[in-house]
Amino acid sequence: MATETHDHAHDHRPPPDEDGPLTYYQTMEIAVRELLIEKEVFGADDVRAAIETMDARSPARGAEVVAHAWTDPAFKEALMADGSAACASMGIELGPLRLIAVENTETVHNVIVCTLCSCYPRNLLGIPPDWYKAKAYRARVVREPRAVLREFGTEIPGDVAVRVHDSTADMRYIVVPRRPAGTEGWERERLAALVTRDCMIGVTVPKTP
Amino acid sequence: MSDDPGRGYHDIGGLPGGRIERAEHAHALWEMRVDALMVLLTHPERRVITVDELRRGIEQLGAEAYDAMTYYERWIASVTNTLLGKGVITADELGRRMAEVAARDGEGAG
Amino acid sequence: MAARFAVGDRVAVRRAFPLGHIRTPYYARGAVGDVERICGAFGNPEELAFGRRDGPKQTLYRVRFAQTVLWPDYDGPPGDTIDIELYEHWLEPATE
Repeated sequence: MATETHDHAHDHRPPPDEDGPLTYYQTMEIAVRELLIEKEVFGADDVRAAIETMDARSPARGAEVVAHAWTDPAFKEALMADGSAACASMGIELGPLRLIAVENTETVHNVIVCTLCSCYPRNLLGIPPDWYKAKAYRARVVREPRAVLREFGTEIPGDVAVRVHDSTADMRYIVVPRRPAGTEGWERERLAALVTRDCMIGVTVPKTP
Repeated sequence: MSDDPGRGYHDIGGLPGGRIERAEHAHALWEMRVDALMVLLTHPERRVITVDELRRGIEQLGAEAYDAMTYYERWIASVTNTLLGKGVITADELGRRMAEVAARDGEGAG
Repeated sequence: MAARFAVGDRVAVRRAFPLGHIRTPYYARGAVGDVERICGAFGNPEELAFGRRDGPKQTLYRVRFAQTVLWPDYDGPPGDTIDIELYEHWLEPATE
């Protein structure tokens, strides 16, 4: 039990001060990277490019996809059939990521987790939030999803089924939330602004304007 | 935590957990570099290591280390162990280079 | 490679507890659920974890489990479910 309760204290340490002395593992990262560059496994430019690529990925890209699905039934159908292909049709290339879109409806609410590690649609949304990678969320959301959602301020009525998706293998997931009432006629860009990262993980729902 | 030896310490779905701590930290540059290292090493053009090798390495750090280390500390430890196991780098090279890096850091800080 | 199970088939997750790198969550072992979809064929993570990339691919399924099956003390509505991705070698036909 001790390891469970200690978890959050360690998983959420602030980032090490880049100006302070290097930690053991920071030193290791520099040494390994330098050795791999010298051995021509990859180049220094490749490292910079990989960081830039990851930096460019953000929940805003997922929000564009959701807003598109809200406003274009044919696109939504394509997204539900093959998430990666549908994103590619919008010019969002996900590489080897196999994306499954799951849709919230009047009768189903979806929520995503990876209980074994931290699988997440990184090639679409970027790096997952700390809480998604930490033990409390991973341990609890599969067993008491409604209590976890309540902690995020999301109350799911008893006549709506909660469907948890555990990303254990090669698929990655995005929740397509329900379009809020009162947004009829809105442009895609304005709709996208309602779609947060947490909505696409399924722990919250878009706010009604 | 489960006492069952047949259950990995990372395999925690359904175990009791505390409150979900929602504070988030901005990623430090060194963490982004570890992330990039993994992307590059698993890239289909290089195929130096697999994502499952990274995960297995993390699952073998030991339960105490798993809990005590930050996310990207686990990653760099696992990546480094995997590279050592494959002979991509040697422990001797690593030890010497880490000492050099630490010495350079000491000079810069002084 | 032909998939052994079809969408809608009732399957049981094998109760097995080996060492190695296993992507079948502990909480699902022994549970019975229904195949929700077939995801395709993928490298076996249990082999990939040791750097062996050339073994046969495994069909990957998404299997839907009732929460009340996984956790007998589940206190939410009976319609709540969990979908889990599972490789074919962890599944067998359900006998119940």
